[in-house]
Amino acid sequence: MLRTGNRFGILSIVVLAILLLAILPNVLDPFRLNLVSKYLVFAVVGVGIVLVWGYAGILSLGQGIFFGLGGYLMAMFLKLEASAPELPDFMVWSSTEALPWWWVPYHSLAVTLISIVVLPTALAFVLSYAVFRKRVSGVYFAIITLALALTMTVLLVGQQGYTGGANGITDFKTLAGMSIISDDGKLILYFVQVLMLMAVMGVATLIVKSRVGKILIAIRDREDRVRFSGYDTALFKAFIFTVGALFASIGGALYSVQVGLITPTLVGAVASIELVIYVAVGGRMSIIGAVYGALLVGWAKSMISENFPTIWLFFIGGLFIGITMFLPAGLAGLFARFGRTPPARSAVLAASLKEPVK
Amino acid sequence: MSGTILSMRDLSVSFDGFKAVDGLDLVVERNELRCVIGPNGAGKTTLLDMVCGKTKPTRGSIIFKTLELTRMGEYEITRAGVGRKFQNPSVYEDLTVLENLEISYPEQRGVIGSLFFRRTATLRLRIDEVADQVYLRDYLDIKAGLLSHGQKQWLEIGMLLMQEPELMLLDEPVAGMSPREREQTAALLKKIAPGRCLMVIEHDMAFVKMIAHKVTVLHQGKLLAEGSMAEIQKDERVIDVYLGH
Repeated sequence: MLRTGNRFGILSIVVLAILLLAILPNVLDPFRLNLVSKYLVFAVVGVGIVLVWGYAGILSLGQGIFFGLGGYLMAMFLKLEASAPELPDFMVWSSTEALPWWWVPYHSLAVTLISIVVLPTALAFVLSYAVFRKRVSGVYFAIITLALALTMTVLLVGQQGYTGGANGITDFKTLAGMSIISDDGKLILYFVQVLMLMAVMGVATLIVKSRVGKILIAIRDREDRVRFSGYDTALFKAFIFTVGALFASIGGALYSVQVGLITPTLVGAVASIELVIYVAVGGRMSIIGAVYGALLVGWAKSMISENFPTIWLFFIGGLFIGITMFLPAGLAGLFARFGRTPPARSAVLAASLKEPVK
Repeated sequence: MSGTILSMRDLSVSFDGFKAVDGLDLVVERNELRCVIGPNGAGKTTLLDMVCGKTKPTRGSIIFKTLELTRMGEYEITRAGVGRKFQNPSVYEDLTVLENLEISYPEQRGVIGSLFFRRTATLRLRIDEVADQVYLRDYLDIKAGLLSHGQKQWLEIGMLLMQEPELMLLDEPVAGMSPREREQTAALLKKIAPGRCLMVIEHDMAFVKMIAHKVTVLHQGKLLAEGSMAEIQKDERVIDVYLGH
């Protein structure tokens, strides 16, 4: 059973690699290919949600917070590069007279990249460890994250002079001198995007296959028992939540580069819930499922918003209800049904036919 | 090797004014297999909950070897050498029997250690040995959720054995078992008792008779009687509140 599952897993990764590296770049025009880059940004975040929600059972409705942190940090660098030596345009409009001190370090790409890794993970760890130590979990944790996502939106919109307000930060042209709006630039960014996704999937797979992955499943199913196996479960949950935040932050940073803007709507509650839906569609226990989920729902979102802009939200709401009711394991569960040889029960039967050891 | 391993002094806990355990003094020796009996609501499970850290006492102390357990977290108490088996078998249903046992192995229980944990040959031998003891050798690759009720009870005992605890707390280990499984469990407990200490809560008096060195009877959160099985069965008060029914 296990071997078939593995072979099926490897096969689906090969198919994905061929699709992303060979087929799509050749058949899609630069505009469509850039849209795929955007879907893959959400796939990076989705892989994190698989770890946090699927494996550890922690539902976060605030992944947008970390997505937004990564996105805004990257956007600060891009904006400074685009407007140098002047002040960023939105600051001028809001009559901010000098660059705020906390913007200054983001002239440096190195500082920006380090911040994208360090700030969201530090925030995620401190916050989640404090909450998990208090044994707050389940719905209550989801509500806390949702509230934080809302707070973050309000903060971003309110501080227009520092954050660009409701319009966010836009109008980037280059990344360290390389054009990010030309067709060639977008093609390079597409491959960077695919490589980042593969790297994130690799790290996630290593975590899932390690003992940590098993402990997370155990925590999801019986957290108190895990404490009595001698583990500090709050630490494990905080760890995986931090990894999820890191992936979301990386995704946000890539989004700013790929799409050329970041706005408060991408940080808020609705965006955070949409991210969870991508993963639900793909299958919350499947890393590769999250990628297909992000590709499919992202593509559907583009198609529907282009042709029937008003019904997108109804569609995604209906999709979420349908998936939870009829396909709780998502698309990955649907495929696993075909990919799997006889279920484990037959093995139990076979074993129980033997005389128990005396 | 003998001597006291666990001693409780004036142990009390109340929930919303209800005294579940009330001023209990109890001493358990090394190498002892102690059974705790008593009618429903006598405070037996609460007693084990306090030893393993699940419930914090309102008053009193619990000394395990030299450690004051009332001030420690659950995972710290486990690491110090106390293992707990719950009333409803608590195994990780989505993991295989082998993985259930592996997780319980008392090494590298930090995040980083677990990230780079590798299954060594020694560990594999230990898993096989424990699986043999708890009659689950043929079920190692099966998801624990598919085991029968009795097998889950055994698996949980196996998980405790992997932890190498000096003190094992077992809450109704034979509940829901067939007579034959009960015998096997009695044999198992007798086999694993030497070198450690077992505290067993049980309702099944035939089973208690099979295994107990010494019996403690609780009633309304207080110690009612303590002694050998023969002494307990003759005790008027015990017959009155418990055995007579």
